[in-house]
Amino acid sequence: MKREDDYRQRRSTVKNLTDEQLDHKFWGLTDQVVNPLFELARGHTSPSIERSVLLRMGFSSLEAKQIVLNCGKYGLLGKGAGHVVLRFAQKRNLPYREAGLILAEGREWDQAAALFEKEGPS
Amino acid sequence: MKLTPEQKLSPEEILKDLDRYRPRRKGWTWRRSIKDDDAKIGPFEYRQAAEPLKKSIPLPAAKSFGGIDPHPGCVVTSEIASGRFEDDLRRMRMVAWHGADHLMVIRTAGQSHFDGLIEGTPEGVGGVPISRKQIRATRKALDLIEDEVGRQLNFHSYISGVAGPEIAVLFAEEGVNGAHQDPQYNVLYRNVNMYRSFVDAAVAKKLMLSANILQIDGAHNANATAREAWKVMPELLVQHAINCRYSELVGMPRENIALSTVPPTAPPAPALRIDLPYAVALRQLFKDFKMRAQMNTKYMESCTREVTVTHPLNLLLSRLTSADIQSTITPDEGRNVPWHYNSVHAVNTARQALIGLDGITDMVKLNLEGELGHKSRELKERAVLFLEEILEVGGYFAAVDQGFFVDSGFYPERNGDGIKRDPAGGVASDSIVPREEDYYAPVCHHFGYNNPPIDFGDHSSPCAPIDGCSLCRPEKIIYIDELDPEDNVEKRLEKSRQYRENTFKPEAEWAGDGIVTMTMLLPVSEDMAEYGAMDIAGRMNLEDVEVINLQKMHPAEGTLVEIKGRVGFSLDPKNITIPHKEAVLSEEEIRLAVQNRPLTIVAGTVGEDEHSVGMREILDIKHGGLEGFGIDCHYLGTSVPIEKMADAAVELDADAILISTIITHNDAHRQSMRKLNQVCREKGLRDELILVAGGTQVTNEIAQEEGLDRGFGRGTKGIDVASFLIKKKDSVEKNREN
Repeated sequence: MKREDDYRQRRSTVKNLTDEQLDHKFWGLTDQVVNPLFELARGHTSPSIERSVLLRMGFSSLEAKQIVLNCGKYGLLGKGAGHVVLRFAQKRNLPYREAGLILAEGREWDQAAALFEKEGPS
Repeated sequence: MKLTPEQKLSPEEILKDLDRYRPRRKGWTWRRSIKDDDAKIGPFEYRQAAEPLKKSIPLPAAKSFGGIDPHPGCVVTSEIASGRFEDDLRRMRMVAWHGADHLMVIRTAGQSHFDGLIEGTPEGVGGVPISRKQIRATRKALDLIEDEVGRQLNFHSYISGVAGPEIAVLFAEEGVNGAHQDPQYNVLYRNVNMYRSFVDAAVAKKLMLSANILQIDGAHNANATAREAWKVMPELLVQHAINCRYSELVGMPRENIALSTVPPTAPPAPALRIDLPYAVALRQLFKDFKMRAQMNTKYMESCTREVTVTHPLNLLLSRLTSADIQSTITPDEGRNVPWHYNSVHAVNTARQALIGLDGITDMVKLNLEGELGHKSRELKERAVLFLEEILEVGGYFAAVDQGFFVDSGFYPERNGDGIKRDPAGGVASDSIVPREEDYYAPVCHHFGYNNPPIDFGDHSSPCAPIDGCSLCRPEKIIYIDELDPEDNVEKRLEKSRQYRENTFKPEAEWAGDGIVTMTMLLPVSEDMAEYGAMDIAGRMNLEDVEVINLQKMHPAEGTLVEIKGRVGFSLDPKNITIPHKEAVLSEEEIRLAVQNRPLTIVAGTVGEDEHSVGMREILDIKHGGLEGFGIDCHYLGTSVPIEKMADAAVELDADAILISTIITHNDAHRQSMRKLNQVCREKGLRDELILVAGGTQVTNEIAQEEGLDRGFGRGTKGIDVASFLIKKKDSVEKNREN
């Protein structure tokens, strides 16, 4: 889009504001731009976010990568990768790190996925 | 392990036991400023200075001010990333000794699109691959360097790309102190999918907060990218605001959020008149946030002198407004990846200008009533109109889709050349997933919706069900050493070891790189000069020669050429003879000695020599010569006969005769020296008089062979001669007493 500089006309909405009012308007508009972005973030996750959870749980970057890849494959990212590991550990009655290593090796994912089936995808 | 000034930092030592190394603190550190009585350094009182360093190298001119080394109160950044972190560590030590306390490591090209963490220590391109091993080693080295210089050093890199949250965990775990984090940077310049960028950014920011990591935004990149950078100022205010507010929503306090600002123009533009209203508008709108003032990069050409004038103008702007962090750009960035000594130069440019401008606003005030106030108001109004239009078209994502950003028009002017990104496109598109109702992450400092199930037991802390996360229990961190058996630091260190431990070579960025530069004026046109210089370098056996600067002095009369090349040999310290250096008395010691026992000297140029410049420099007060120390100097002129010198010494009851002579093919200089000695002996004056000869080609050996007390050659300063005269006079008198 091309447009000539029409600042003189457009500024009619702001030209009579005091400096303080102008600053206030600037931040008020910023809030309106940013709030939906914040809400989007609050309700979503991503492979990197889930890997960051697994790192914090004491998995290596290589292990986290494999677990998250499979979470994606089995549609489990929205449950949380750490959640998947904990549920699977509970089911298998294993320390969660050992359970996570089984999953990192790509094994027993059908079982892990089955733990979440009854709730169904939202 | 402790560093001592005489010893080189050993990357091998740093890498030892790295798997067990833990950072000793987390979070950002501001410099401690000094006030009142503490603010007196040498003869001066400072208004904007920091606590001095324990170990440092003062600015060159400090020797005229008693060696004082004041540093500005703001943090000073050095951006370092040669691609090999092991060589960067040594450079970090160099810049820390000059006052840098914010070491920023640029990432290797392509890391933004790497979906996960890089492990090990592969070599980078234009930066360093950021991995756990690399940052742990760097933090460990910085811990040692900060003990050496006595100031806490902030380590900084980037939390961007498609692995932001993981990198944020890594940085929080490893004690990285500052990071760039701005989802807009991903979207606009790295074409990472916009939804993914913002979703990841919120998690990354929360993790940064957990370790008190200072955030710097990415808005300044619009300056570097836009065709006419000075026109994107309204948009820059908007970009800063979006990232600032987004960070605040996540919970970051304003003192952890720094705006990255760059003066948008450079001479030959009337830079200050354009840059200053922008700087003022920023500081008015973003009151409690921190300002990271960056030096201009966009207009950097290969002339390092030009850059070194532009940057102090940027620093003037920092002092006229404010800067919490002063970033520096090396003067060679327009030529190559920055070199060691240019990193030091850049830090010194900042330190020199900021200290020179110390307290300037106590005397000079910005006049906001006139043009400056109007222009900054106009920028803010234009920014408000920009925000209004973002909302009109449907919000941020729609605005990016329509190319609102980095358009070269002065908004609301639009030139249609902005960066457009498809909300559904970009790297890692379609990769975000809604968090389901039972979404759960059993870790601390996790942003966003989280629904801990009741059946996992103890929920006294978010990570209780896993008995502690890595942020609470660092022993849970899994350390990976290397993945690539060939491309790693140990292999590189093997190759460079001989140049670090046994021999040495010139070095621009990597140990043993052998790079030297050469500067010459060739009295020919540009084309001829370029290829002529390459030919000269070839004949001097330089390898990999490149012209790094070519500047017309006149179309026909001459061209300045700077070239770089590699030397194909190394030097063995065992084969280098270092002549014994005489200790020189300080200026104060000399003045005191002369006060206690006045000295008179007779000086002149002898033989058929009409040159007087060298001698005048040794004598004149304005060149720091003997007069300046209170020595009574009698200059007899040029081509003075030796006898006349001796007679004058008798008449004035002088303590010393100083002759200046040039080297001649027929050894006339030796004859003059010999004759001076003979004449003084014949007149019975030799024991009373100190006899000194000087000249560009004179050496002490020649002078002493001809019977004089001392010879001084090229590079001699008045203080060297004064110091010698005092010491010699002392020993003569002592001998007499005995």
